[in-house]
Amino acid sequence: MESLPSILERTHRADYGPIVARVIRLMGGDFAAAEEVVQEAFAAALQQWPREGIPAEPRAWLLRTAHHKAVDRVRRDVRLAARVDTLEARARVEQASAPALDEADWSTAPDDSLRLLFTCCHPALGQEAQVALALRTLCGLTTEEVARAFLVTPATMAQRLVRAQRKIRDARIPYVVPEVDALEERTHGVLHTLYLLFSEGYAATEGAELLRVDLCAEALRLGRLARSLLPHQAEVASLLALMLLHHSRRRARVSADGGLVLLDRQDRALWDREEMTEGLAQLDAALALGARGVFTHQAAIAALHARAARPEDTDWEQIAALYGRLRELAPGPVVELNRAAAVAMARGPEQGLALVDDLEASGRLTEYYLLPAARADLLRRLGRGAEAAVAYRRALALVRTTPERRFLEERLREVLSSPEAAVRPTAPGTASPASPRPPRPREAPPR
Amino acid sequence: MKYLLAIYENEKQWESLPQAESKQIIDEYRAFTDAIQKSGNYIAGEALQPTTAATSVRIRDGKRLTTDGPFAETREQLGGFYLVEAKDLDEAIAMAARMPSARWGTIEVRPILDLAQPVG
Repeated sequence: MESLPSILERTHRADYGPIVARVIRLMGGDFAAAEEVVQEAFAAALQQWPREGIPAEPRAWLLRTAHHKAVDRVRRDVRLAARVDTLEARARVEQASAPALDEADWSTAPDDSLRLLFTCCHPALGQEAQVALALRTLCGLTTEEVARAFLVTPATMAQRLVRAQRKIRDARIPYVVPEVDALEERTHGVLHTLYLLFSEGYAATEGAELLRVDLCAEALRLGRLARSLLPHQAEVASLLALMLLHHSRRRARVSADGGLVLLDRQDRALWDREEMTEGLAQLDAALALGARGVFTHQAAIAALHARAARPEDTDWEQIAALYGRLRELAPGPVVELNRAAAVAMARGPEQGLALVDDLEASGRLTEYYLLPAARADLLRRLGRGAEAAVAYRRALALVRTTPERRFLEERLREVLSSPEAAVRPTAPGTASPASPRPPRPREAPPR
Repeated sequence: MKYLLAIYENEKQWESLPQAESKQIIDEYRAFTDAIQKSGNYIAGEALQPTTAATSVRIRDGKRLTTDGPFAETREQLGGFYLVEAKDLDEAIAMAARMPSARWGTIEVRPILDLAQPVG
């Protein structure tokens, strides 16, 4: 039989989000108070279930318990504020006392989860606060877990969460699904937040860890939730496809010793076929819904990599064309750099190098290590070892993650030991050309 | 809930604007004011004279310091405001987005502190 702590943990992971989503609404949008009563309900379960047995419907028990505590708390707050008789006070108590739900029926729960998703990702909150709130409430992570994921202290994260909750309350950010005329714009905001969350997990900017699987998994979980809650929004399917296709390569992307493995050197047998198939299906669904956005193009590029059984089967012409269109939708130096990489693969390093040189001459991306890294790789492939070494050294001066630094150092040693040796063709840059990493230095968010 | 919609824009732009264009913007503002008066959101609103007319006052060590100019020299200056009633931040943001200056300047949306409510 499953142990009590294990049942509670499973229930917490699965049901904290939907329960807190419901209680926030009952408590008039007060995130902090709602979280407290839901946590109290879980604490009560830990005490009562060993004595009284595990209820048949743990989730309904938790919601009912949290609801009772919510009503008590609202009554107490109203009493403390000595506003028992005001209309507003009565309305608050009435709202809190409304039936939490028809307990046999969780079918209305998605409405509250959608409210929670849109409120966590409200543009009036800072990007970091949005991500933290979503992980804390929708995903049911503890403040300590969220703090660890973002490499900050629990105190810093707790403060960030408190500030966000205060802003929601004080500026009166409504706990609603946006009106139809704002839905698409606000959905883009949600997607952008999920994309940043995934990117943060996919490639840590600093530190020794290249993959923080947890954040990617949470982003995927929220992506699936958004997809189920917003079935007609095409870009939601595109983003889910993009995340699935990248995530499916995670095991092949890092070597046993923690080094970075480029797309063309990855053991494709390690790719997660199930996630890849799901990703391709989501891309088809997105296209059927008429998706033609930034995420659609990025997902289509990832799909072309997924469909290539061997690196040499990759349709680089098509990928270069997709980057060309992406450049029109979301202009930016990082897209240009990726396009140059694809052009080099499709039509040879000279053509790619010409594009990289143009980009360098434009003076953008001067602090971005991938530009000299891409240049170095193209020079290396053209047999211009001495120039390649100069570019590798420039890239090394800018790179910030350890695995990527190790990769560049290895390449530098290679060109120094055999400066004019012919080398096998690889995609320039150190990440895959369709890397979902947010551009650094930051540019305008993709829309 | 009450919100202040503070209008920040480059006041120099107004000086260089042809009269026909500034008239058009003022007409647009009149129409906006009429609309939010009709919808019941309007409480107050004024345009401000340029920051060349501004004086800043502070007391330090018990001494009054009066200086010429606005609080801070920035690229955009406070040029006017509306005080509006809105049911929540989304409604206030939607109003801010309808203001002409949002197209070239910035509208800061600030909830008004209700001193009758307990602070916390």
